[in-house]
Formats: sequence, C-alpha cells, structure tokens
Amino acid sequence: MTIQIKTLDFEPKRQTFGHVARRLGGDKPATRYQEGTFDIQPTHNFHYKPLWEPDLWQYDVRKTAVVMEDWYKPLDPRQYYYATYNIARANMNQAVDRNFVFVEERGLLTKLSDTGRAGIQRGLLPMRHLHWGANMNMTEICQRGYGTAVTGPCIFSAGDHLGMAQIISRIGLALDGQTGTSLDAAKVVWLQDPAWQGVRQLIEDSFVERDWFQLYVAQTIGINAVLFPLVYRLAEPAWAESVLTVAMLTEFMNDWQAEETRWSDSVVRTVAAESGANRALVSQWAAHWIDRAVVSGRTLSAALLCDEGKAADTAGETARTRARALGLAI
Amino acid sequence: MSGAKKLGLKQRYAHMTRGLDWETTYQPMDKVFPYDRFEGIKIKDWSAWEDPFRLTMDTYWKFQAEKERKLYAVLDSFAQNNGQTGVSDGRYINVLKLFLTGISPEEYQAHRGFAFAGRHLRGVGPRVAAQMQSLDELRHVQTQIHTISHYNKYFDGLSEFRHMHDRVWYLSVPKSFFDDARTAGPFEFMIAIGFAFEYLLTNLLFVPFMSGAAYNGDMSTVTFGFSAQSDESRHMTLGIEVIKFLLEQHPDNLPIVQKWVDKWFWRGHRVLGLVAMMMDYMLPKKVMSWKEAWEIYFTEAGGSLFTDLARYGLKVPKYADVATAEAEHISHQNWAIFYQYTHAAGFHTWMPDAEHLDWLSAKYPDTFDKYYRPRWELWAKLEKEGKRFYNNALPQLCQCCQIPMGYTEPGDPTTIAFRSSTYKDQKYHFCSDGCKDIFDNEPDKFVQAWLPVHQIFQGNCGGATVPDVLAWYRMNVGADNMDYVGSPDEALWNEWHAEKLRKAV
Ligand SMILES: [Fe+2]
Ligand SMILES: [Fe+2]
Ligand SMILES: [Zn+2]
Repeated sequence: MTIQIKTLDFEPKRQTFGHVARRLGGDKPATRYQEGTFDIQPTHNFHYKPLWEPDLWQYDVRKTAVVMEDWYKPLDPRQYYYATYNIARANMNQAVDRNFVFVEERGLLTKLSDTGRAGIQRGLLPMRHLHWGANMNMTEICQRGYGTAVTGPCIFSAGDHLGMAQIISRIGLALDGQTGTSLDAAKVVWLQDPAWQGVRQLIEDSFVERDWFQLYVAQTIGINAVLFPLVYRLAEPAWAESVLTVAMLTEFMNDWQAEETRWSDSVVRTVAAESGANRALVSQWAAHWIDRAVVSGRTLSAALLCDEGKAADTAGETARTRARALGLAI
Repeated sequence: MSGAKKLGLKQRYAHMTRGLDWETTYQPMDKVFPYDRFEGIKIKDWSAWEDPFRLTMDTYWKFQAEKERKLYAVLDSFAQNNGQTGVSDGRYINVLKLFLTGISPEEYQAHRGFAFAGRHLRGVGPRVAAQMQSLDELRHVQTQIHTISHYNKYFDGLSEFRHMHDRVWYLSVPKSFFDDARTAGPFEFMIAIGFAFEYLLTNLLFVPFMSGAAYNGDMSTVTFGFSAQSDESRHMTLGIEVIKFLLEQHPDNLPIVQKWVDKWFWRGHRVLGLVAMMMDYMLPKKVMSWKEAWEIYFTEAGGSLFTDLARYGLKVPKYADVATAEAEHISHQNWAIFYQYTHAAGFHTWMPDAEHLDWLSAKYPDTFDKYYRPRWELWAKLEKEGKRFYNNALPQLCQCCQIPMGYTEPGDPTTIAFRSSTYKDQKYHFCSDGCKDIFDNEPDKFVQAWLPVHQIFQGNCGGATVPDVLAWYRMNVGADNMDYVGSPDEALWNEWHAEKLRKAV
C-alpha cells in the first residue's frame, strides 16, 4: 500500500486575539508585549462601587484630570511585560552583586575616613526612604491609574524603587559592618536633619495627591528628574575619598534612571500631546513639582556640598529643559 | 560599629523592608492611609507582623527571571512543534476557553487589588508582601495569555476573551466575585483573595486545571502551572499570615473576620462550581471527580486548617456542610445549565458518551444514576432524533452569585431552591441561603449588581433578541458557541487526527 505523506495543514486561523487585531488594524502577528498589555484591564459593566470611594468605579478614567481618547496610546518603548522586565533586572543585578563583592573584599567601605563615612551616612543612606516613598507612589499609580499600558510598568517601577532602597541599605550594612547602626542613624537624619526635611515634606505631600497622573508627573518629572541626579551624581564630592566606590555601588540607579526615563518621558509626552488641555495641565504640574523638588533639593545640596543650593538649581534646569523637550510649556 | 552585633537574617530583612518606612509628620497618617480604618479592623501593633517569606527584590528578580526563561523556552518549542495537536481530544480546548475567559482576567484583578493593598495597608511588612503578589499576579495573567495565545491561532472561543469577560452572562459570575473583592476595603480584600481564595480554595482551582492539563497532554499549560507553584506557595503563606495577624491583634476583629470568611467561602464555592463542571464533564481524560477533589482539598485540608484556627475562636465557614452536600450535584447541575444555553456559551458542550456516563455513575453512586443519568440519556436521545433541547427563555439569576437559579434544595435534589429578600420595597432573588445571607449583610452593595439578564431586558446588551445579544458579546455564532459535534473545532481536530492516523499506517 502506498502511503501518501501529506504534511498537516497548520495554517493558523487567526494570528492574534480580537482586541489586539483591532488595535493593529487587522489580523497580524502580535508581540508578547502587545498581547500581554492591550486591553487587559476591565473597562465595562462593573458591579459595585468601591466602599472606599463610592463615587467612582475601581477602574475609572475620572481619577485624573487629563483626558485620553485611549489610555493604550502611552505605550512602553521598552515593551516590558513581566518576563522581559524580570530578566532585564536580574541581568542588571548581576553587576550589582559583582560590585558589592569587589567593594567588600577590599574593605573599601569599612576603612573610610570619618568625613567619608559621615558624608555617606548623611547624604546617601537617607535616599532609601525617598525610594520607599517613590515605591508607594508607583504602587498607588498602578492601583489607581487607568489602562495596563501605564499601570503595568508602574508596578515594575515600584519594584525597582524597593530594589534600589535595598541596594542603599546594603551600602549602609557594608559601611557599618553588617550591624545596621548606620541605617538607624540615617533614619534619624531623614526624620530630623534639616537638610532632608524639604525632601521629606515633598514626598509626604505627594502621598496625598489624589490625581494619579499628576502623581505620575510629580514622581517622574519632578522628584526623579531633580533629586536622583542631584544625589547620585552632583553630590559626589560629599562622599570624599569613596566617590568611586559609591559610583560603583549606585551604578544600578544611574542605569535604571536612563532606562526608566525612556518610558516615563514617552508616557508624559504622549499624554501631553493628546490635547491642548492635557498639555496645559501636565505643564502646570511639571512646573509645580520641578519647582518643589528644586526648593527641597537646595537645602540638601547646601548641607552636603556647601554650595548654597547650586547643584539643585543645576539639576532643576536640566529637568526643565527635558520637560520642554517633551512638549511641555515651562 | 562599636559593640553592635552583626545582624541575623531576620533583622537584616527587617532593615531591608520595614526599616524603610516612617511615620509621616508633614501629612497626617490617616490622610496618607485613608482606607484602612473604615472596616473596623483594629491593629494595635503592626510591627508584630511576621514576614511570611523574606525575599528582597534582587532575589525576586533572579528567581522569577530564571522561571520565565524556562517557561518561555517551553512555550516556544510547544508552538514550533505544534503541541496543540498532541492534546487528548479537541474537546479539551474548551477547558482553556473557560480558563482564559473566566480565570485569567481575575488574575489581572488580583494584580490591581494587591497593588491597592500594597499601597494602603499601614503596616510595611504586609505591604511589601502584597506588592510582590501584585507583581506575581501580573505575571499570571500575562503568562496565561501567552500560553493560550498559541491555541487561539487554531481554535475558536478564545479570541474575544477580554471583550467577553466584561459582558457575557456566566462570566459575570467570576467577574462580580472579583469586583466585590476589589471594591471592599483592604482588609476584606486580603481575607477574600489572600486567605479564602489563595489559601482555602486555591487547590480546588489550580489542581483541577493544571492536573487536567497534565492528564490531557497540554504541556504548555502544565509548564505554566508548575512555574506558578512557587508564587502560589508564597501567596498561601501570605494569606494564612494575614488572617492569624488580624485575629491576634484584637478580639474585636474576630466577628468581622468570621463574617468575611463565611462570605468568601460561599462566594468562592459558587465560582468553583464552574471548575466542578469542567472537571466532571469537560476533561476528556479525567483526573478525579469534583466530589473527590472537594473531599481532599476542602473537607480534609480545610478541616485541619480550621482546627488550627480554632484557637483564635474562628469557626468553620457557615454553610460548609451545605457546600459539601452540594458536591454531589453541582457539576451536573451546572453542565445542565450550559447544555441548555449552549447557543449563548463561549465554549462547546456535549452529552457524555457511554463510558463517561459510567464513570460518573461510579464516582457519584448516590446521585448520578438517580437524578442526572436519565436526563442526559433523554437529551442524547432527543439529539439523535434531531430535536436537541435548547432553553430559549432567559433565566432568572441569583442577585449575589449571578448563576441562573438552577440549584436544588439542600436534601431535596428535585426541587429548585429559591430564596428572596425585600430591601427598600424591592424584591431580590437568591439561589441559596448562603447567597441570601451575603446580600442581607450588605444590601447596599449587592443591589448594584450588573445582572446580565436584567441588563438584556433593559436593552443594554445590544438588543432584544438572542442574535443581537450574541453580536454584542462578539460571539462568532456557529463557531464559538453550540455543540462540539459539528463545530469548526471538531472539523479541524478530526482533520489533524485523520492525517496522523494516515501517517501512522
Ligand atoms: Fe495568580
Ligand atoms: Fe495567587
Ligand atoms: Zn447565588
């Protein structure tokens, strides 16, 4: 008997899900980012108003004053979904681990001068609290925001801030011989030292901001853009002889900021470009929160660098220039 | 450094998490955490929280990245090798349809809900744990979509899962369940999802689907299931830690928590009725019966759990006995509903064949032959005569669980149970005492329910006729709905299968 070998017909019936195809303008192959992101937040026919906010639905476009015809326009240029996000961070973290081993093997942080130690304890270690505050804000935007295109990367960002707070904590532990005393001392600085009170007030004020997109602008365009470069770059002289050590151990933060900014800038640019009204609101928010970050940063840089706050002004100017490049009127 | 001792692991982790947090002074704490008081839960000392697992972000990234690398490697090779042709039978795909339309969107809701808890619980320990779970749940919805994406390329009923989830009548059962949890306060959410769903009932959801996948040759879903296991064990430890913590913190919490446990047990039990039906009717190769699963995972495991929790004064959930008695019936009654309404279902239905009927008789010796076999045999006969039975009347739905009123009286499987309550001069209907109690405890919440049948009558679902409504569901009539026999899924499966046989000659 002759066997007719015919290959099975595996021609797909469709390339992707209906909601994805409608966004791609036809049934075309979609990426995992697209399938894992587009429209996965429920949008219609909710059953109950939240007990904690009975005037709005749990997913509700009215939780911000900016209006988007489609909240899936502000996409993530990194195209992160859970897998690619975690793989990217795990890779970045390998360098962190190597750097800690390098520093700890050579005792680079245990043999510091008093000036170096005091500088790090006062100027760098309190940053872990600022990261924790940023974590709270990004988690809030994730829960309160609208559309997975923005809210998904926000929980990634929240994880990043927790991770960075923990890197700073590890620096403290390397500094104090794994006893935690430097972290306790730095917390007192965060809570009481006048150098940090402007920053602390700024982040505490952001905690009560109810408009989630304003909070997004406050965190990414204001706080991140002004205060992170201020501490992680411009404040370097305060670490005395350990400038290079700190630069190594905070490499993650600089890499992270370059990467996250690609996403956060693109979100802000897209939302502002949607309408004149959005542009006006976002511009106003950006101006407000950059100003506040600069004012709070001045006290800090004056205390750390004795520069009368110039470093904060420099960081503020860079932040404003960048904000203008995003189409904001500042 | 002088005199200070090196930190142990536990203290080190405390520095990495709770040490980050502080009492605000520039804004009042009650404004920073506006939602954790109204439920009446009293927390004397958040620092008494025991971290259920000590995972720093760097370890989290490392573990999760490793798991994702492996999972996606399997998904890629599954697609490349056309693994979809290796499942037990084309009918199996309907299990995935139920999963993707009914469960995956709830993983998403869990993701957002844990972000809510991860921001709004005042204690930093549980907040960090909730944030990690929020990340995990985003993982689950995305990996499930990515796993099932390949099946969507060949089979119907999957393509419009997101659109359907917000609209289709039976999908409002899981959706209203999660909407209920999402709209509750953060403590109730943690008991509802963290404890009741992730701890008490989780094995009744995931074991059936994941073992079902394993028994039926769906290697991609199995791999996903294994990969999610370590996430789930973290979720379980968080769930049990939360309930113990609340009960330890203040005696006044006990009655509140008990009410939540009662509510979410019953609500969970109703949602799981869909899983029961899947296990007993939709898996071509059976894992075990729903009744057996209920005995192992609820009666035995739940029993020892509540013995353990008894020292806090917590009792076995109200109506647990009713739910156990229902394990004899619920899968059959649900399958009967879907069979009658197959024209409005997003997956295929069928009548069990002789071998399947005998399996059901063996697994349900006290009920199947007496109450259900005769009905199945009649319906099969009608099918043969070309008079397949459809129910064209819209059913009345339970105001609480939103399932059509088809369940029977406890102790009397021939009488449909009806309960009702009057609230503000309106009458509301329920399938059971459990559902009625839930309504009576929170009538202002449950009167709001978006009941699919009411909405159809009110003209909010695309029109007055069945075709109008199905079009509004984006249901591809003749492909997504109706019986498996005669469906395009079946035709495709048979074509593959015939080719395989021919090649094997
Ligand atoms: Fe999950
Ligand atoms: Fe889970
Ligand atoms: Zn009910």
